[in-house]
Amino acid sequence: MTLDETDCRILNHLQDGFPIAPHPYRMVAEELGLAESDLLDRLARMKESRVITRFGPFFDAAAIGGAFCLCAMAVPEDRFETVMTKVNAHPEVAHNYERTHRLNMWFVLATETREEIDQVAEAIELETGLKVLCFPKLQEFFIGFRVAA
Amino acid sequence: MTIDATDRRIIAATQAGLPLVSEPYARIAAELGLTEAALCDRLRAMQDSGVIRRIAVAPNHYKLGMTANGMSVWDVADDRVAELGQMVGNLDGVTHCYERPRALPDWPYNLFAMLHGGSREDVEAQRVGIAALLGDACRGHDILYSTRILKKTGLRLRSQKG
Repeated sequence: MTLDETDCRILNHLQDGFPIAPHPYRMVAEELGLAESDLLDRLARMKESRVITRFGPFFDAAAIGGAFCLCAMAVPEDRFETVMTKVNAHPEVAHNYERTHRLNMWFVLATETREEIDQVAEAIELETGLKVLCFPKLQEFFIGFRVAA
Repeated sequence: MTIDATDRRIIAATQAGLPLVSEPYARIAAELGLTEAALCDRLRAMQDSGVIRRIAVAPNHYKLGMTANGMSVWDVADDRVAELGQMVGNLDGVTHCYERPRALPDWPYNLFAMLHGGSREDVEAQRVGIAALLGDACRGHDILYSTRILKKTGLRLRSQKG
């Protein structure tokens, strides 16, 4: 779908937050100078066409009982496929990407506790004989994404 | 940041997103057998305590034509990382920005910024822009492009304890 200027304004506005109130869409629509029904229609269309991945509360993983950790390995080229199979076999591996660097395999571990992160990383080290570097998030800076309106 | 069983039910009911109806909280409250006011109080409390980071829209970069991305990584002084990270995180095209530990000697970088653009050239231009912005505060940097997705599964709420 093509986005018009109003769609872009909606996307930018709703990345900053959404009210907790009985008629939140009406409040946002008023701030944007739109009718509530127009805002709802546009959101439905953007969700339908997957321009919007998700709209709602974003929960802190640690607060709801989970741990995440970005990990990286330097995998020799000739062993890459074998190591990938071993790494991906762990259900705790949520994402895994090949990247352009000596550290060429980057994956995210998702577990219920911080201790399990260490256990899975150690298991992968034992299975592959390769070092797993762990890069847990220490601080997050505001995440935003502006759409040119 | 402790949450109880009712909070967990609220998390489960809103994880897929808010309904696109005039009174979305009343709709969710009805599904959970709560009053709208009670639901809103709990949402506010979770937002205040940081359990809810924000209520917002997540756009799909690919659908918006931002098909190139690179993980840029920077070695900046620890005592300036908070200030510089916020500055980098606020830039257009930066979707995620985190401080992470170094892993010396393999990995000297402590600031990670995911860059998105319409092309590899756009992303390279952003990298040059950030390097100029950081100036002497940056001791070194690199950028890692993804060449292949090896696995991608949704991040799920795993534990239902509480």
